[in-house]
Amino acid sequence: MRKKGIAPAVCLLSTVAVLAACGGNGGGSSNDAAKQGASARGPITFVTGKDNSGIMPYIADQWNKAHPNEKVTIKQQSDQADQQLSDLQQHFQAKDPGYDVVTVDVVWSAEFAAKGWIIPLEGQYALDTSQLLPATVKAATYNGKLFAAPYASDGGLLYYRTDLTKTPPTTWDDLIKQCQGKTTSGTITGPKPACYAGQFAKYEGLTVNAAEAINAAGGNIVGPDGVTPQVDSQQAATGLDFLVNGFKQGYIPKEALGFQETQSLNAFQAGQLMFMRNWPYADAILAGKDSKVASKFAIAPLPGPSGHGASSLGGHSLGISAYSKYKATDLDFLKFIESDDIQRNDLNQGTLAPVVTSLYSDATLVKKFPYLPTLLASIQTAVPRPVTPYYPGVTEAIETNAYAALQGQVSTKQALTSMQAAIKSATAG
Amino acid sequence: MTLAGQVEEKVIENEGRNGRKRRRPRRTSINPGESRRAWTLIAPAILLLILIVGYPVIKAIYQSFLTDPGLDKSTGLFNQGNAWNGITNYTHWLGQRCAVAGGGTQSCPSGTLGSQFWGSAGVTLGITVVACTIETVIGMGFALMMNRAFRGRALVRVAILIPWAIPTAVTSKLWQVIFDPQGILNKILGTHFAWTSEQWPARSAIVIADVWKTTPFIALLILAGLQSIPEETYEAARIDGANAWRRFTSVTLPLVKPALAVAVIFRVLDTLRMYDLPAILTGGANGTTTSSILVVKQLTSGVNSASALSTITFVLIFAIALALVRLFNANIVGAQTGGKVK
Repeated sequence: MRKKGIAPAVCLLSTVAVLAACGGNGGGSSNDAAKQGASARGPITFVTGKDNSGIMPYIADQWNKAHPNEKVTIKQQSDQADQQLSDLQQHFQAKDPGYDVVTVDVVWSAEFAAKGWIIPLEGQYALDTSQLLPATVKAATYNGKLFAAPYASDGGLLYYRTDLTKTPPTTWDDLIKQCQGKTTSGTITGPKPACYAGQFAKYEGLTVNAAEAINAAGGNIVGPDGVTPQVDSQQAATGLDFLVNGFKQGYIPKEALGFQETQSLNAFQAGQLMFMRNWPYADAILAGKDSKVASKFAIAPLPGPSGHGASSLGGHSLGISAYSKYKATDLDFLKFIESDDIQRNDLNQGTLAPVVTSLYSDATLVKKFPYLPTLLASIQTAVPRPVTPYYPGVTEAIETNAYAALQGQVSTKQALTSMQAAIKSATAG
Repeated sequence: MTLAGQVEEKVIENEGRNGRKRRRPRRTSINPGESRRAWTLIAPAILLLILIVGYPVIKAIYQSFLTDPGLDKSTGLFNQGNAWNGITNYTHWLGQRCAVAGGGTQSCPSGTLGSQFWGSAGVTLGITVVACTIETVIGMGFALMMNRAFRGRALVRVAILIPWAIPTAVTSKLWQVIFDPQGILNKILGTHFAWTSEQWPARSAIVIADVWKTTPFIALLILAGLQSIPEETYEAARIDGANAWRRFTSVTLPLVKPALAVAVIFRVLDTLRMYDLPAILTGGANGTTTSSILVVKQLTSGVNSASALSTITFVLIFAIALALVRLFNANIVGAQTGGKVK
């Protein structure tokens, strides 16, 4: 009885094989798509991640008031970055004209550009970037061309406990010294806080933190061409050693190997950390009423081996889909989103870091957000993560090997050698 | 599949009447016209299966022999890829050979997805063996308990079924909170395990969460089997002087075996495909990257290579399923046409 079931299955499969062989898909050229609708105007859709801070209604209202014939529809995706990415990939692969302007995480822009999904902002699509933070423009530039309009920036900051220290450390040695006697070692136990933590779970956040440490020490992950790995260097080893030794010597608690942004924030909020690396969004939460450290913390630039360190650049840009039918409207929308009014509201209402340089010295804003000058310094010295179309493979190479080193499974030197080889392999195709 | 099997049986019976004497028609024989009508009737179902099952599978296998888009260094743009690539995608995974810039291959360095293939296959298999063994033993216990008549039996049945009813994504989040370094488990045990950021604790965490969630499934299937055993067989065994253990091994086990086999095979296949629990609980870190997680990771950097990987995974799981069916001598495929009970 069992054997008899197989024959029809084989028959069924062979039928399908014939069907599939006929159904090969021909790849169309995307050049035509990029040119279509170059000067056309009409209603557009703006695709962006979930609007947790409620800034999108303002953007839509302001735009629609001024452009009654080219109204924008906001399409919100999930609040998880990887789900946003796969949603965009699926719609681009389907050449969906319904996605006109899309929000692009800084690390996705190169891939989208290289796949021809978003158009270069040059010629008739040229965008004035002179008012913008240079680091944000650099992160949206691929192959010498700007592909996306910076929309919101982000930089790493050092949060410290003002009841434990009055002067924030500027160097790593200083940080370690300040912790002595005031913190526990190794794990978060007892009434004393642990010394330092960032985001060291094996995910994108570890790439951010490892890159910051490596860049701060003068090392580089990739060379100026954005592809050739240069991470197997003495400087990079010095940088990564700050984190590796943290776990060895106990100034980073071992719980931090499972920390993403939220977990590190929770620990600092509960008074369990003296120093924390995090993004600006943590400020509002730490000052909130559920926080045990509400009036006992302040913000400083990240420390480095000798003087202030370098932040990794976070944030988002807006790209114009190659398959959009109304590209002239899209470009106007990009310019609109860079306007003083929108950038100001994004900060006020959504605590998004502006990309317009002048806002960081605006008296009203600085009064409301005292960390703005510090954040500006962080973003101005920020190093974008490798701008490469092979980013998924590159970040996997950095995460995996850095994590192995933090866990003490391999030496720093070995980790960097493997990282170098893995980046080379990931970008070889 | 089952429909096709039925029809095929009829066709063979038909042949038997026409010449070959090996098989005797069990039911009233059918003429060729009836057979044709049968095919016509099941054609929509077969077509639907071809569309929703066959096409994606064959398409994936076909794609696994193609190249992924490569970067054109002069323009900085990706080309279309999809050129014939032979078995390169397969040697990439099975032999852990990674491409080198300028042609040729090398052994995949640590930190590439290629270097994780055998590791993840081993982890998937290991978790499956351990989790399914524990689940079967506990599930059998639960089923025997639920089968007894006692006060509050309905309550126990509901309580046991609750974990199964909660979506995996939710239970994964629940366990994440429990396994947190400052979570309730460490508080109760008085330990300081970083459950989800060390290798063996992370793997145990996944096994624990999986056992908690899916034991009820096994228990339920076994219970269905237990309830079909007539009470008289036990009475007869008791009269023959069999003690409780003997009744369990000689009456319960053989009679519940078909149900048990189905339960175990389903669970093994499920666990081999496991994605959601480790993806949420550990993110695949600390040696918990299952084959499915690896496929999804690879999808972001090359669909055709991911197709090869999922084909390999598919073949592995299929082979294991086949081996299990043989092992249990289970009659799963043809069960509805009169499965034999030994």
